[in-house]
Formats: sequence, C-alpha cells, structure tokens
Amino acid sequence: MTIGLVVLAQATADGNAFAQMLVDGISFGAIYALLAMGFVIIFKSTSVINFAHGALTGLGAFLIAAFATVLDFPGRYLTFLPEWAQWTVNVLTALVAAALFGILLERVFLRPMVGEALFAVAIVTLGVDIVVRTITNDWIGTQPRPLGAPWGLEVVDLGWVRIAWSEVIQILVTIILLGAIAFFLRSRTGVAMRATAFDQETARAQGVNVGRIFSVAWAIAAFLAGVAGLFYSIFPRRATGVDQATAFIAFRAFPAVIIGGLDSIPGAVVGGFAVGIAESAANTYLTFEFLGNGFPGIVGYLLMMVVLLIRPYGLLGTPEIRRV
Amino acid sequence: MRGRPLLYTTYEADQALLNTTTKKVMLGLLLVVLATIPFQVVPGLDFLGSDDWLRLLSTTAIFVVGALGLNLLTGLAGQVSLGHAFFMGVGAYTAVWLGGPEDGPLLGLGLPIWIWLPAAGIVAALIGVAVGPTAVRVRGLYLAIVTLGLVFIGDYVFRNWDSLSGGAQVGRDFPPLQFRLWKEEEPLIDFTTPGTWFGVEVSGLAKSFFLLIAIAALFTLLAKNLQRTRVGRAFMSIRDRDIAAEIMGVDEFGYKLLAFGISSFFAGISGALLASFVVRVIPERWDLFLSVQFIAIILIGGAGTVTGAILGSAFVVLLPRLVGDFTQWLQSVALGDGFGSAIANVFVATTPNDFGLVNTFAGIGPGLSVAQLNLVIYGLLIIGFLIFEPLGLYGIWLRIRNYWKGWPFTY
Repeated sequence: MTIGLVVLAQATADGNAFAQMLVDGISFGAIYALLAMGFVIIFKSTSVINFAHGALTGLGAFLIAAFATVLDFPGRYLTFLPEWAQWTVNVLTALVAAALFGILLERVFLRPMVGEALFAVAIVTLGVDIVVRTITNDWIGTQPRPLGAPWGLEVVDLGWVRIAWSEVIQILVTIILLGAIAFFLRSRTGVAMRATAFDQETARAQGVNVGRIFSVAWAIAAFLAGVAGLFYSIFPRRATGVDQATAFIAFRAFPAVIIGGLDSIPGAVVGGFAVGIAESAANTYLTFEFLGNGFPGIVGYLLMMVVLLIRPYGLLGTPEIRRV
Repeated sequence: MRGRPLLYTTYEADQALLNTTTKKVMLGLLLVVLATIPFQVVPGLDFLGSDDWLRLLSTTAIFVVGALGLNLLTGLAGQVSLGHAFFMGVGAYTAVWLGGPEDGPLLGLGLPIWIWLPAAGIVAALIGVAVGPTAVRVRGLYLAIVTLGLVFIGDYVFRNWDSLSGGAQVGRDFPPLQFRLWKEEEPLIDFTTPGTWFGVEVSGLAKSFFLLIAIAALFTLLAKNLQRTRVGRAFMSIRDRDIAAEIMGVDEFGYKLLAFGISSFFAGISGALLASFVVRVIPERWDLFLSVQFIAIILIGGAGTVTGAILGSAFVVLLPRLVGDFTQWLQSVALGDGFGSAIANVFVATTPNDFGLVNTFAGIGPGLSVAQLNLVIYGLLIIGFLIFEPLGLYGIWLRIRNYWKGWPFTY
C-alpha cells in the first residue's frame, strides 16, 4: 500500500498495533466513505451507476493542485488571511469548480440518456471515465503534482498510537461532511431529492424540478470525490501529490458501495469504513510471503463477494421487489 | 420466387444463415479477399498484405472470438460483464501452463496446441461456471461491479503467481502457434515460420493469419448457430424480461450460468490465441481496459448481433492505427506549406509549446499524445453510439440497407 502507512505500521509493531491498525483503517475508510457516498447519491437520485467516479476524483485532486499550488487563486488576492486560510479558500474554489464540472458532465452526457436501460447509462459513464481521465492525465503530466497542504508531514504521537495531522483533519472533515449531507437530506432540496430517488415521474408531478435535482446530485458527488482525492493525495497516503494513478482509488471504493448496498447512504458510510479497516488489517496482519504485493488492494473485493453471497443487496440496501 | 428477398416458403429458408443471394455473393467475395490478402494481388487492397496490417487483421480475428463470447453474455443474455479480461487471462495462463516449455524455469508441460487451445477455453468456462452462482445471484448493476472485482482479483493473482506468469512487468513467452501431434521436435505444421503451402510461398505471418481467420470463422458459425437455437432464444428471453422468461419455462439460473460458461469459453480461447500470437505478454495485459475494449466492441458494433461483434472488433483494433496514420498525415500537412498547413496547424502541435489538440512530441506541449487521443476517441465513440445509435455500426448498416431497398422510392 502506501509508504506512509507502512512506516506508521512498523513504528508501532508492538502491542499497540491493533489500535494503530484501527486508526489507519478509519482514516483510509473515511476516503472510501466519501467516494461511496457520492456514488450512492448519484445512484439514488438519478439511477446512474457512475463508473466515472474515479475520473471525478482525479480531476478534483488535480483542480486542487492547480488552484492551491500553481495558480494560488483566489488566495493570492486575500493577503490579509493567514496562509492556511488562503490554502483552504483555494481548495474550496477548486472543489466548487469540480462540482460545476460534475454538473456539466451530467448535463452533456447523461441527460440525453434519461429513461434508457440502466446498463446502457452505466456504460456511458464508462466512456465518460475514459475521456475525462485521459484529459486529466494529460494535464497532470508524468510528474506527481503536490497539493501543498499546510500541515505537511507532522504526526501526533499519543504514545499508544500515531496519527498524522492530516488524518485528524481528514476524519474531522469527513464527519462534518457526513453531518452536512444528513442535514441536507432533510432540507427542502433534500426532500425533493429523496422524492426523485423514489419515483422520478411522481416527483415531477409534485412540482419537483427533476433536472435540477440531477445537477445537485452530481455537484455533491463531484465535490465529495474532490475531497476524497485531496485526502488521498497528501501525507500519509501519497505524499507526492496527485498523479495519473490517483483516479484508480475509486475502483477500490466500489466494493464499499456494494457492501453497504447500492441505494443506502448510511450503507455507503458503513461499507467505506468496513473496507478501510479490512484493508488496514490485511496490511498489518496478513504480511505472509506468499501473498505477494498488492493483497490489501483486493481485500475489499473479497469482502464484497462474501457479503453478496449472504446478502445479494448489500448490508443496508433495499431488496429489489420483482413483480409480474 | 426469385427477386422477392423476404418471401420464404419453408422454415429452413427463413432460418438459413445466408437467406439471400446477396449475402451469399458478399460472403464469397469476402472469403476471396481474405484468402488473397497476404499475397497482395487485389489492387487497392495490397497494403493489407504488409506485415503490420496482417498483424492487425490477425489481432482482429482474435478479438472477434472474444467479442462473440461477450456478445452472447451481454448482447444476447443481457448480463453486463466487465470481467471478460479476467477470463481471457485465465485462458492464456492455462495455455501457457499446458503448452509452455517443459524444461524452462516456469510452469509448463510442453503439450501440443490441440490440447492447450481447447483446454484454455474449457478451464475458463469452468471458472466462469464456478463464479457464476455469485454472479447469477446478484442482478443487473451489482453484476457489473462483481465482475469488475474479478478483473482486480485476477490481476492480483496473475501479477503475484510468478512461476506461472513470469512476474509483474516481466511476463513470459507463450507457446507459439505450432501444430504437433505430441512432443516431437519438428512441428507438423508451423504457423509462425515461412514455408511453402500447396506450392505457394507463404510467410509466417500469413500462415498465422489464415489459421486465426479460420478459427474466427468457426466461432462465428458457432455463435450464429447458438443464437438461432433454443439456447439463444432462451438467452434473449432472459434479457428482455427475466420473469416472463421463467414463466414460459426458461430455467433462468441454468441459462444464465450457461451464458457465463459459453462466454468464458470464447474468452479463454481468445486470450490463449492473443497471448500466443503476441508471444510475450506481461500479466498487466489482462486489465480493466481490455474488458472496456470488449464492451466498446459490443456497443460500437451493435449489441446482440454477430455481424456487430465482427465490425466492432475490426473498428476497435484498427482505430489506433487509423488515428496514428491520420495524425501523422496532419503533421506532414502542417509542416508543409500551402493552404492546408494553416488548418492542420490548428489541430496538431508541431513544436514544443505549440498549441494544438494533438501533440506528436509526447508529454511536452499542452496537447494530447496520439495514444491519449486514441483513448479520448474510444470514450467519445462509446458515449456517442449509446446516445445516438444504440444498435451501433450494425444499426447504421441496417439503415443504409433499408434505404437502398426502397430506392429510388423513399418508402
């Protein structure tokens, strides 16, 4: 997995290894939870399986790198703010740009497919993924682009466990975002979104602007994917920054979605943390020679297969009712 | 009865593979062209006989086999699978285990092609049926992600099973296309070295080409026949409405499993042939992108049609070459002078830091490299076909055909 994790794990290879494993798992799981949640929000409100989620992640991380380090926009005009606040404003601007891009993608490529077979739409997103990921990779280039997080490589040593500052911030941000989403789903737009998820035509008949709901869903998903991309591209994950492989993180988040259930937002969170902790556990304990490289990367998929054998619709997903 | 193409007086005529004279003539012409391509006798088509084009056409034939398999599963039975690359990998590694050199450092039994090629298909099919119950239990979109998982798990296994795959980024040589009766030194028929067939000089590539075209033709016939029998109709009924199919007495579970098995068989054969033809293959070859390529083949060609699988394969295999040639041509126009130069310059970047959509100096300017342009075009084609022409190239062909049927009257 990542060098940072390995270093952290080795530093505490004593009786505290379990606590360390749990902390690493939770902080990695938070990334998966953010990705899975965006995925589920899109699926619930627009019935689209979004294979372009990886592309959104890569693009979001790239935009953050571009706005925060290369352009320093709009931070360079806000000189009265401390440096970390400038960085935060830059990141937020980048995330808004990513969200706008999500809206654009939905409007251009997926709106024409409304009402088509679900799998046809899923494959359109596969095409979108290829296009967006290729263009993003062209922009990124061959060298990783650092994101310039102000807290750098600092680590808090609590004695029994070591946490990077970025992990603390990451877990806090994830909790805030989860709360915000939960709150949002109870707002007027959120209720409209849930209505759309339940039945698009009926929602329309009640005066819900379904098209706008689609846009909102994609904007939220792109925003969350961007946040996930940010935390994946800094210490202790990939401290060098966003590179051409960043987008593949989303493929490791798919099991999280399925484990939780495709249409359950709490499920996405549960699945995300489950996969994160499972990978971290594999990283800590399953270090046998014969397993070779990259075993933690497929733990999520193995877990997914097991869960699907027991519950074909995930832990919290709604079973599909088949009527004649 | 002559001149009435849609009038059939027997069921046999209605169900015939070549139900019109035109089809018979066209197929005959196609066979003649294919047979003469390596000898470069047909004027205008002689460029196809060059080595790199023969290689592309042979690859197309291999892809046709795999595409027909995915077409049965996705196009006919309606089960979206992203795991095709995994089954191709299984086929390839079965082939190399059975057919690889006995005394080498890696796994190999040195068996002849008539064992390893069918075995590649059979082992892939068995694994397909083994993972089937998980896959069949989940429906629709869950299935897409389960099969996606197969690709990642397979990728991990192939990369780490060094004694079989040769190791990550290293790979190994696959058994060549040589026909032996058993483990004798001299192969009975060698499809890789030049020689004389029936008094005609044939190059090694041309021999492989003929073999692969023959195999592709065989599998096309197989797929076509499967489609018009009870099994094919059962697949289609499951695709169209699974509950209705069950009520009509179609065993949904059994037929889905069968679809998985047959599709994996095709994939295994295709994977073994691909690896054997390319000779040296790294384990990373069997990745998600290969699966996506096959999805693209099915969709661009036309889901559920055998013709579509063939057209799509040709399209997807030849596209990179065409895009590369086109970019090179654009570049030569841009570098020259004259009226076209200014136009071409907009699209192609000729010097570092020159602005342009395509950049022939990879990674220097802001433009896409040729490989990246290929990817973008793939993606846009998948999107475009799904939005504008869900029946793909086959649908376009149908429309052209129907237009000329009534010509000069519009309807």
